[in-house]
Amino acid sequence: MGTETSDVIDILAGIEPGSSLDGIRARRLQARENAQKSYVALFEPVDFGDVAAAERYAVAAFVAGVHDEPAAAGFYFAKLAKAADRLEWVDALKAEIERARTEGPYGAFPAGPLSVEDKAGLIYRVGGDGQRVLGARLVAALEHAHLLVFRPRDAAPAAMQALLDAGWSTTAIVTLSQLVAFLSFQVRAVAGLRTLGASLGHHANAAAKAS
Amino acid sequence: MSDSIVVHANKNEPVVFTQDELGWLPWLDPFPEADLTERHWAGLVDRSRAKSDYFRLLVRDPEVLEARTKTDKDIFYNTADGLPRAERELAAAATSRYNGCIYCASVHARFATVHSKRRDDVQRLLDEGVGTDLGARWNAVVRASVALASTPIAFGKQHVEELRSVGLDDAEVVDVINSAAFFNWANRLMLSLGEPTKQTDT
Repeated sequence: MGTETSDVIDILAGIEPGSSLDGIRARRLQARENAQKSYVALFEPVDFGDVAAAERYAVAAFVAGVHDEPAAAGFYFAKLAKAADRLEWVDALKAEIERARTEGPYGAFPAGPLSVEDKAGLIYRVGGDGQRVLGARLVAALEHAHLLVFRPRDAAPAAMQALLDAGWSTTAIVTLSQLVAFLSFQVRAVAGLRTLGASLGHHANAAAKAS
Repeated sequence: MSDSIVVHANKNEPVVFTQDELGWLPWLDPFPEADLTERHWAGLVDRSRAKSDYFRLLVRDPEVLEARTKTDKDIFYNTADGLPRAERELAAAATSRYNGCIYCASVHARFATVHSKRRDDVQRLLDEGVGTDLGARWNAVVRASVALASTPIAFGKQHVEELRSVGLDDAEVVDVINSAAFFNWANRLMLSLGEPTKQTDT
């Protein structure tokens, strides 16, 4: 229990079966198993429904990439590469990740006392080359993903309309929103656990030297 | 069938962070309650959630909602051998304050107050933001949450050391990581699929 090697957070955070962190994660088994079930529901569902597998992996690789999380980005790029008819997307996505990188969160609050905390930043739009390769539907998804990752407080009904106009159904928008929001969780759980794990390794080494 | 957005004449949008109860108005059509199937009921987990526009919108992808809900419940409610509930809620409130989710912050600031009895400190977090001084232990939780919410992620070994220095063991540090990381998921759904309102009876 708790040591299945297929747990994506464990894989990306480098948590080894039988390690101290493996034991700690096993004490929150429902959370661990359901984080994995969330991953499966989004990326390996029985029925991909309104959002194609390649679209899911492309958006995930982009989200992980703009977070500057290479392990996660590599993981989702590998899944995209297996969706063999979309190999041309990989280079276009890597170029867009470079164009899209910035620091968040930023954006505007509702007008009022919080407006003094408004922070301007990049309003990302996919470049001309990217638009040609990726197509209007994926372009809209990447622009929405950037909004969600970096400036979620700027979200507005117009962003929903832009997705509908690009061919995303209401149900597909729910799936896309969950995918980007889940990734925002997953890369942070991974980064946090990886950092904690590294500090445990340090402690263990220090203890070994002392003895 | 052509899908469309839902526009609200919301004259009661909250413009400050608050511990008051807020409502939430969806920008897309929730799934009709009368049409819910067994697959949808499983996705809702608690049958009472069928009354919520938020959950009936998310139940359009039932498997993801079910897993999300069960992840949420274990991270926040399973307090065996771990961080007290108050500090998990603090991590959720601080993350929401930093990302700018007025709705999420209202819910989890209330929970932080209920479990800590430190209403004024919680309110100061909402009023002054994540840089306010809440004492060493809460400051460590807030700083770790903020570093984790930043993009690129700024959480580093100094945050682990600070959490340890105020008395957290490794399992409690994992509870902070999970609670804060989870709200980066929740904030993005609440902020992007609808808007808060001071009317709670809509």
